[in-house]
Amino acid sequence: MTAPLRRLAAGALCALALAAAPLAHAADAVPTAKDPVAQARAVRLSEQLRCLVCQNQTIAESNADLAVDLRRQVNEQIAAGRSDDEIVKYMTDRYGDFVLYKPPFKATTLLLWGGPALLLLVGLALLVRLVRDRRRAPAPAPLSAEDRARAEALLAGTTKDPS
Amino acid sequence: MNRKLLIPLAVFGVVFAFLLVGLGLNPREVPSPLIGKPAPQFQLKRLHDPAQAFGTADMKGKVWLLNVWASWCVACREEHPLLVELARAKIVPIVGLDYKDDPAAGIQWLRQHGDPYDLSVVDRDGAVGIDYGVYGVPETFLIDKAGVIRYKHIGPVTAQALEKKIIPLVRELQKS
Repeated sequence: MTAPLRRLAAGALCALALAAAPLAHAADAVPTAKDPVAQARAVRLSEQLRCLVCQNQTIAESNADLAVDLRRQVNEQIAAGRSDDEIVKYMTDRYGDFVLYKPPFKATTLLLWGGPALLLLVGLALLVRLVRDRRRAPAPAPLSAEDRARAEALLAGTTKDPS
Repeated sequence: MNRKLLIPLAVFGVVFAFLLVGLGLNPREVPSPLIGKPAPQFQLKRLHDPAQAFGTADMKGKVWLLNVWASWCVACREEHPLLVELARAKIVPIVGLDYKDDPAAGIQWLRQHGDPYDLSVVDRDGAVGIDYGVYGVPETFLIDKAGVIRYKHIGPVTAQALEKKIIPLVRELQKS
């Protein structure tokens, strides 16, 4: 093979590998169960659960050993007929609320959930105050004849600013 | 002085305080929901004597440490000398949970690095690890006489953690 041909072949191989990578990944995330409804449930649940090893991935995305084990747990529990809530509780009983991508609403997460709304309210209040103050401020006094003449002269560029 | 000028300063102060506290936190340390709860029961084969089983019930009435380790775990090497030393002092029994490991490799690893454990059990498929919420090996659990988890250390045990936290807590629990 000539050098350019070889390079072309290598490029094609790389492209093929890249194209195949997400496929392989997706196949891995799909549960082994044959039931498509159960599969969809398992994927949906896995996407809500955080992998604690690589914390910014769900267990559906992660290939960490623990994520593989937890996906297997999800599949097994679905096969055993557990409800979604039961499976989520199984996870939070062991790993805490941190395992949930969407933290639950409770006393300790009040600031987390309420914070943005609170900031929005503060911002709105400030805006309202600002607009009101502006409206209440007296309109600027009209220009005197002398000032007007000076301004016009400046705009026309005919004279230099006398001051 | 204009009061309005103090507002940005106050906002800055609040943000600064949050960031400063955040700097000191370790995002890898996720508080375990198991503290204060009964340790999950298990019954597993012993590493050195697979014909015999060991269960959490066997430790009833004793304060003990459950240390999750594995021969493939690099960070375990860091804490291992400390555990060997702790075992030599005979302060508290240590049970090893050989997590997702090949038993032969586990035995070999203990031969090489020393065996601080009163006994080790094999959690081949990691099921017990999941029950204990293990996500990073090594992890160490302190379990009291009633079988309740009192403390969990994530990652390699440090000399400081042993002296400041674990040993004082062990002594206190042993008295009660």
